[in-house]
Amino acid sequence: MKQRYILHFPLESVSKPLTTTIIRDYGIDINILRASISPERGGELLMEFDAGEEAISKGLTFLEENNVEVERFEHTVKFREEECIHCGACTAVCFTDALSISGGRKLLFDHARCVACGLCIAACPLRLFTISWNGSC
Amino acid sequence: MSRRKSYEEINEKIRMGEAVVLTAEEVAKMASESSPAEIVEKVDVVTTATFGPMCSSGAFINFGHTDPPIRMEEVTLNGVPAYGGVAAVDAYIGATAENPENSEYGGAHVIEELIKGEDVHLIAKAKGTDCYPRREVDTWINKDSINEAFLFNPRNAYQNYPVATNSTEQNKYTYMGILLPRHRNATFCTSGALSPLINDPQMRTIGIGTSIFLCGARGYVAWNGTQFNTSKPLNERGIPLSNAATLAVIGDLKSMSPDFIKAAVFEKYGVSIFIGLGVPIPILDEDIAYRVSVDHSEIGMTIFDYGKPVHPQVATTTYQELLSGTVEIAGRKARTAPISSLPKAREIAELLKSWISRGEFELTAPVAPLPSGTKLNGLEIRGKRS
Repeated sequence: MKQRYILHFPLESVSKPLTTTIIRDYGIDINILRASISPERGGELLMEFDAGEEAISKGLTFLEENNVEVERFEHTVKFREEECIHCGACTAVCFTDALSISGGRKLLFDHARCVACGLCIAACPLRLFTISWNGSC
Repeated sequence: MSRRKSYEEINEKIRMGEAVVLTAEEVAKMASESSPAEIVEKVDVVTTATFGPMCSSGAFINFGHTDPPIRMEEVTLNGVPAYGGVAAVDAYIGATAENPENSEYGGAHVIEELIKGEDVHLIAKAKGTDCYPRREVDTWINKDSINEAFLFNPRNAYQNYPVATNSTEQNKYTYMGILLPRHRNATFCTSGALSPLINDPQMRTIGIGTSIFLCGARGYVAWNGTQFNTSKPLNERGIPLSNAATLAVIGDLKSMSPDFIKAAVFEKYGVSIFIGLGVPIPILDEDIAYRVSVDHSEIGMTIFDYGKPVHPQVATTTYQELLSGTVEIAGRKARTAPISSLPKAREIAELLKSWISRGEFELTAPVAPLPSGTKLNGLEIRGKRS
């Protein structure tokens, strides 16, 4: 199964190769979707974990033991679809292909591919997108 | 001798409900099996359309006189400045004018709200004269309270348009959308084989007085559009490889539909407006049949670097390739994205086709042709009069 998490790395955890450990020792395939982290100040990674439920659970426990705060990634990009004119301007900045309009067809929004980067909010000329993060707006 | 048809012959068929009308995409498909001579025999009218942001748009409004009257000088509509330097109670609200307190609200929004029948806040000021003593008006108007209201767009329906990309290390925020660094994307803004002036590149049937679809109502070509340029390089089909001819168009705002005109905001650029525009092309002869048969792969497009001030050319491509989702720029694949809506353009072409097929929309021959041999002047910065 695939699950997404926001991992908050405190300063003391940044220098440890924790990602390598969860791949190698827990057999979790990972995909880093967004990263904002540096050795001087710690930071956040948005990661997709792909493994069995038990492996993911153990991997998360390992991260927490190393002072990484784990937060389930829940986001909702809302889109007022009935007002969309299918211009395609949002697809110019959507690098996960959650938004697509290829071949001149109508806009498709595949929520499963969305990583909530928020670029579509600025790119939509009709201002049809809004985003809420883990329950907050 | 090859077959020729007159406007009157085609209009008679329209009146009888017998005209054969196809959209420009449909006739392009037909052309893979039919020659231009056969298309003249089979088809009477081809509908073309576009639905893209067209900043050079706006509306003239006559508000009606108060008692005592005012000669309006400064005019705002929902806080957006309108031009009041035309007589007493006439004004022009430009689509790109912005409310100084809210840069995401502009003339385009005012126009859309008027078309929807919503109330709009009018504030006007004047110095007061003997014949126009009132010095201030603060009231609400809507499309039923005002006298004339007509869209008059100085430059719409561009014949082709540059494809935009960005070579720099920073995002560029433009009227062509958000351009990502290092050529990671490229945006384009034309309806390709559906585009009016691409289907009649020599403007044999599109001229002053041509009846068109404008934002859901009947409109007209009023003049050549501003920045009308017939000197751009052409491809082997005679279609300009970049932005060339344009149309100035006019139509009754009160008859328009909010489905075919939409206010828009381009991030860190400003307000613009999507205009729905359709032009019927009568199939008068084989040459016109050949021109309307153009398909997306036969339209050459030029990619320019909007990251640099003079927008140097960086690559060429075709409209078909842009629709595929990627194009090669500087040896790398760039994501492509449209800014004008091809699905809405198709909807307009189909709607215009249905109006003509039902006998509700006849064609008009131009009363005067659009100019030829034109080119553009730049603006020289000079310190004093010559």
